[in-house]
Amino acid sequence: MSKKVMINCDEATTICDKSQYCEATLWERIKLRMHLFLCKKCGLYSEQNKLMSKVFNTHLLNHSQHHLPDEDKEALKAQLEKKMN
Amino acid sequence: MPNQEKNVLDPNKWIVLYADYLFNYTISRIDDKELAKDIVQETFFSALKAMKNYRGDASERTWLVSILKRKIIDQYRKANSKKGRAEVRVNFYEDGDKKGSWLEECVPQTWDNEAASDIETKELGDALNNCISALPEKHRMVFKMKTIQNIDTDDICNELDISASNLWVIIHRARLQLRKCMEVGWFKK
Repeated sequence: MSKKVMINCDEATTICDKSQYCEATLWERIKLRMHLFLCKKCGLYSEQNKLMSKVFNTHLLNHSQHHLPDEDKEALKAQLEKKMN
Repeated sequence: MPNQEKNVLDPNKWIVLYADYLFNYTISRIDDKELAKDIVQETFFSALKAMKNYRGDASERTWLVSILKRKIIDQYRKANSKKGRAEVRVNFYEDGDKKGSWLEECVPQTWDNEAASDIETKELGDALNNCISALPEKHRMVFKMKTIQNIDTDDICNELDISASNLWVIIHRARLQLRKCMEVGWFKK
């Protein structure tokens, strides 16, 4: 990331995303703060971004349980046994 | 270490004990059931071949998962080399004088409070998964590795041979597109 203080919306929202994974550096967070102070559009992005992270955590991490169908298991078991002998 | 009990492998029980677990693990990272099935199968076959290398330090399941992880990474790499080049990139920002400012039609819109307050519904989950499926392959892959699999940034960069700033640009493009897709399909007032 560059040393300049004022960043554009593309850079600001990129840092905003990075900070959702807690990986933005202190300097990046400072630049982001300053940008958000002046830019309402990115402010809205930042606010909604937190909700998006919550949505990801809710739906992507607690994924529903999948089961391998029994016939697939049987077939797999047969193949595995064949390879073992 | 004397007297410490070592784990042992018993391939006869693998299917019963771990098939569902491994299948589930795979499908949460690669959303294609047929492909997931193949990967689980390959994992068991590779494990069988590698049994002599098992030292008994990790549990049987942990050991199988470590093999599965490598298979998943291989799959990511395959997808990466196949489709990475010819992807459509959606542009959210201006070029030229106003480089990096929001394009008018991409500016975030106010969301409906009610829709945003109830995010746990299955319908929302379905909408999200549709939006994720619509991402370009490479973006989807990197987004999932980072967000779902929670893999270290350095590891993803090494595996996919990209720089960290490249990774964050990809994550950003993916999240922008997901955000827009969910806004249009779900959150907009």
